[in-house]
Amino acid sequence: MIKNLKRLDLIFKNEQDTEAILEKTLARSNEEIVNDLIDSGLKGRGGAGFPTGLKWRLAADDPADEKYIICNADEGEPGTFKDREILSSVPNKVLAGMAVCARIIGSKQGFIYLRNEYKFLVPGLEIVISEFHELMDRLNLEFRVAIFMGSGAYICGEESALFESMEGKRGEPRNKPPYPTNFGYKGKPTVINNVETLAHTYSIFKYGPDKFRDLGIKDSRGSKVFSVSGDTPIPGIYELEFGMTLQKFVDDFGDGDSKAVQVGGASGFCVPRKKFEKTIIGYQGKLTGVSLPTGGSMMIFNSSRSMYNVLRNYLDFFVEESCGQCTPCRVGTQQLLLGIEAVKRGEKPSGYLDKLLELAETMRLTAKCGLGQSVANSFSSIVENFREEMIY
Amino acid sequence: MTRIQYSVTDMANKHGRSREALLPILQDIYQAKHVISDEDMVNVARELDISAAHVYGTATFYSFLETQQSGKYIIRLCKTITCMMHGKNPVLQELERILKIKPGQTTPDGLFTLKETNCLGQCHKGPAMLVNDNPHTQLTPESVREIIDSYRREALSY
Amino acid sequence: MSDQVTLKIDGISVSVKRGTTVLDAAKTINIRIPTLCHHEDLCVAGNCRVCVVEQTGTDRLIPACAMPAADGMEIHSNSLKVRNARKQIVELLVSEHRAECTTCYKNGNCELQALSHEYIIGENGYINLIPLKEYTIDYYSPSIIKDDSKCIRCQRCVRTCDELQGVGALTVSHKGSEMKISTFMDKPIYQVVCTNCGQCVNRCPTGALVERHYIDEVWAAIYNEKKFVVVQTAPAVRVALAEALGHEPGEIVTGKMVAALRRLGFDAVLDTDFTADLTIIEEGHELLQRLKRALKDKDPDVKLPMTTSCSPGWVKFLEHIFPEFMENLSTAKSPQQMFGALAKTFYASKIGVEPASMVSVSIMPCTAKKYEANRPEMYASGYQDVDYVLTTRELALMIKQAGIDFNSLADDDYDSIMGESSGAGVIFGATGGVMEAALRTVYEVVTGREVPFDGLNITPVRGVEGVREASILINKTLPEWSFLEGVELKTCVAHGLNNARNVMKAVRDGSASYHFIEIMACPGGCLGGGGQPIPTSSDIRKRRSSAIYQEDSQKVIRKSHENPEIVQIYKEFLIEPLGHTSHKLLHTKYTARERY
Ligand SMILES: Cc1cc2nc3c(=O)[nH]c(=O)nc-3n(C[C@H](O)[C@H](O)[C@H](O)COP(=O)(O)O)c2cc1C
Ligand code: SF4
Ligand code: SF4
Ligand code: SF4
Ligand code: SF4
Ligand code: FES
Ligand code: FES
Repeated sequence: MIKNLKRLDLIFKNEQDTEAILEKTLARSNEEIVNDLIDSGLKGRGGAGFPTGLKWRLAADDPADEKYIICNADEGEPGTFKDREILSSVPNKVLAGMAVCARIIGSKQGFIYLRNEYKFLVPGLEIVISEFHELMDRLNLEFRVAIFMGSGAYICGEESALFESMEGKRGEPRNKPPYPTNFGYKGKPTVINNVETLAHTYSIFKYGPDKFRDLGIKDSRGSKVFSVSGDTPIPGIYELEFGMTLQKFVDDFGDGDSKAVQVGGASGFCVPRKKFEKTIIGYQGKLTGVSLPTGGSMMIFNSSRSMYNVLRNYLDFFVEESCGQCTPCRVGTQQLLLGIEAVKRGEKPSGYLDKLLELAETMRLTAKCGLGQSVANSFSSIVENFREEMIY
Repeated sequence: MTRIQYSVTDMANKHGRSREALLPILQDIYQAKHVISDEDMVNVARELDISAAHVYGTATFYSFLETQQSGKYIIRLCKTITCMMHGKNPVLQELERILKIKPGQTTPDGLFTLKETNCLGQCHKGPAMLVNDNPHTQLTPESVREIIDSYRREALSY
Repeated sequence: MSDQVTLKIDGISVSVKRGTTVLDAAKTINIRIPTLCHHEDLCVAGNCRVCVVEQTGTDRLIPACAMPAADGMEIHSNSLKVRNARKQIVELLVSEHRAECTTCYKNGNCELQALSHEYIIGENGYINLIPLKEYTIDYYSPSIIKDDSKCIRCQRCVRTCDELQGVGALTVSHKGSEMKISTFMDKPIYQVVCTNCGQCVNRCPTGALVERHYIDEVWAAIYNEKKFVVVQTAPAVRVALAEALGHEPGEIVTGKMVAALRRLGFDAVLDTDFTADLTIIEEGHELLQRLKRALKDKDPDVKLPMTTSCSPGWVKFLEHIFPEFMENLSTAKSPQQMFGALAKTFYASKIGVEPASMVSVSIMPCTAKKYEANRPEMYASGYQDVDYVLTTRELALMIKQAGIDFNSLADDDYDSIMGESSGAGVIFGATGGVMEAALRTVYEVVTGREVPFDGLNITPVRGVEGVREASILINKTLPEWSFLEGVELKTCVAHGLNNARNVMKAVRDGSASYHFIEIMACPGGCLGGGGQPIPTSSDIRKRRSSAIYQEDSQKVIRKSHENPEIVQIYKEFLIEPLGHTSHKLLHTKYTARERY
């Protein structure tokens, strides 16, 4: 069914050579390993796209003696489910990545922050973790991993909110700076990485940076796991090379009637059909047209769908899932939702949408964390591209 | 779900008495009783030497912790977009019909609590719901009838 | 790395210490950046976002209160981008706010109102969220009214209650659009651990947390021909009242305040400082009695350390959090309540007024005093001993209502009896003051000599540190106190309930041992009370404090036991400290309370 895009099998390939790979990797110096990661071009797959090797180096450079490595498995972005699949089929790769990071930064304790919706994964994970602990003993690495269960809050995927949550508090994002690599969990230097990011490090340790680097395009290297849902005959999880155009993606995954694709979940962008050709999936490196980063959520909508309903659904999500601490996001999300409803009902003139677009821009400029800052992504891209649908 | 009665002290012994223990303790209480009562919150506050109000403030932040009694089976039906597109509403109507409750309510026999929730990470198999910790996917009005029946049977067999 | 960083704000170059925020850096060059959630006494929150500024080279705006200044930064505090964003943020706050300024107690003294005015919010067109939401107004407490519809969720109150007070009565609950400020299970304030200290009220930028005011009741009493209205004024009011009437902090206006109270129509203007002296006599003797039981009689039941009991916020805190220490609290009532009990007994008969027709009003720097006056124990005279408690702020408002030009008033003197005080009574208003006053008397009772400090100024117990320890060696005692010979009297002073909590924990786990502990619920003592003029800051408190110590040093009488009216009241009425009448009128008991 997939015609245009190359399917890859790096992440999900069932490889039972963890011990050998770890032995080989740990025999090398910290500096060499970090340099490999930086050479590979691996960037964080949790959404922000920070270079992973650099993150590890920053934490390693901090002189503190208590440090942490956390695997972010809070996966709450609507339309994303790839981390669940990685943790259930190749958790050994994720753990191996954590172990190497622990050696490099000097951490004895790691955590997997698992969203409560994935609690059914715990029994399986616990078995893998106990085997992993035996492996750590054989390799003489003083490192342990524990599972920390989330309690149901999308915002806890944001790294500083996640730390607050682990510290027994409300998941309210912190001010930055300071950044996690110096001031993370319990105020200690902490590396926090997405599940997929950690799984990729394993491939890089195993196959070397070049193989990873050869995939993808400038600034967006390697492969990426996509969660495909919506109006598609083949919903599911796909590992694809970075750098495809949205048109190619839709040709493979759409149902022939795709009108828009929401790239990156509710906090991502909505791309209408006329921009499929010019949109490239990757980090913001601007080759031609627009390139969109993504945590991997690809929701396809066909022409039977009302984009007003889509936007309403997203805003409803944000109104509930905002932590509520900062003004632009707490009040702004409510105003956007009520605003488009009022326009739809004819209680506000269509020009009110322009005021709301300005509001969304202010939220982007002033909100405290990525949640409030990115509401404008979906709001503005949907309202600007489907204005009629908002009004009539 | 097994109804084990833990004491808050036991849980503090298990998870420790630092603030970091708060969520694991509250999760255990909720897991055991499907409610975190006033009394539990005060006891947790005492064990961890923090304010009871902060225990309350923290608990109410998280959608998987409740200070209201929930039923033996907590149904969380996804209301996010792709599940919505694939027929969440008919499923919800069917649930409301057979359970005779609205979202947010618990059946009078205390068996089921119905809730709507945000994306469960099962979007490729929507509509999806959790019953306690177990995911159920590709729901249809027919399939939820069977699922609810099987939980009813399970409850009876205790 | 150099210790200084240099940046440019609005084109002006400024060097500040590394770690300074952009907000504070701007202050040093007199650029004011608006704030709402920021408060100098509290940790940075960074949640209101009205302080956003533009940094050249950065697309997003940055919060000045939370962003450390860095070398080479170019900040624009007032660009169009900044103004537009701020204006929209204030509009959003207003859309979530029951903005009814004309009927609001905070009208004219509200930070949200001031910002709305500055940014000309007007009819901004956002949907009014207030009718769509449920909100509660809690006016069941005798001290504090909490109106959620006026709350902008800046969390200043929560941080105050946590960081300064260690009480945690307030919390943030729920999330998203439902997020709000709550007590435990959203119970009314009077049912929870709240000590009524009013520190949160003092720091709330809006009308969401205000004192419950009794101004109208007091006017009614004043204009009731049949009522004889006495008023007492707490030590810390005279050093802060002027601030609420437009003066700089640190001015002492005792004489003008007395004159104003007379002009308002009070029938007798008396002084809480007098009963502060009395408290010292009673509490000092209680301490000596406990020491005697412990050291001489070897009584295993005697509770030491003894702690002061004049701060009702502290008393309630202890009843909730440390009920096991209830017997360590001095049984002596606070000066306000001693005054109340005496006003409707001793004083009433002295001036020939029926206690039933007497109305007793007190002017306090404190909101907890309102609660204290309503405690069921406080009916020693057979009537409610203190009928109405007004804060310093309420008094200032009454003075304005009456059209009095405060500045032009000539100084006036208190009535007598119960109007005279010593310097010891005056310093009750500052942290360490009770301790110093008590030591001045106790040391002299035991040794027959003055405390061995230059000018009677016991400087080790003064200051601003949260917890201070001092010990004083007792030697060459008078014969009846010989059991104290060579005893090092160990004392501790703490202010702010968070510090109190730490001290009591140390006492509980045995890591600290004292004979006598002074605790004031509020930072700085009563001069930093919750009922004092807004705003407050460490600098303002310091200036009030110097005013208090200045007043003390200018007093002819510096020791409580030398106050001639104190001598007189013992001779005529009380007979002896801890005597029968004292026990009936001047001492009290406590109640253990819930932990939430
Ligand atoms: C609102 C919000 C939600 C987020 N949720 C997740 C998440 O569920 N999983 C994740 O890995 N990163 C999430 N992130 C990104 C994290 O803050 C962080 O950047 C990431 O975990 C870093 O890992 P990476 O460098 O491997 O991408 C979220 C960010 C925001 C602002
Ligand atoms: S942007 Fe939203 S989620 Fe982030 S801190 Fe502000 S209110 Fe919380
Ligand atoms: S709190 Fe302030 S803005 Fe709100 S009604 Fe009162 S005075 Fe007006
Ligand atoms: S009550 Fe006052 S101080 Fe507390 S959050 Fe609301 S506005 Fe801020
Ligand atoms: S009055 Fe004092 S104790 Fe009560 S909520 Fe306010 S700060 Fe906390
Ligand atoms: S949209 Fe329902 S599980 Fe993701
Ligand atoms: S004052 Fe800076 S964010 Fe509130």
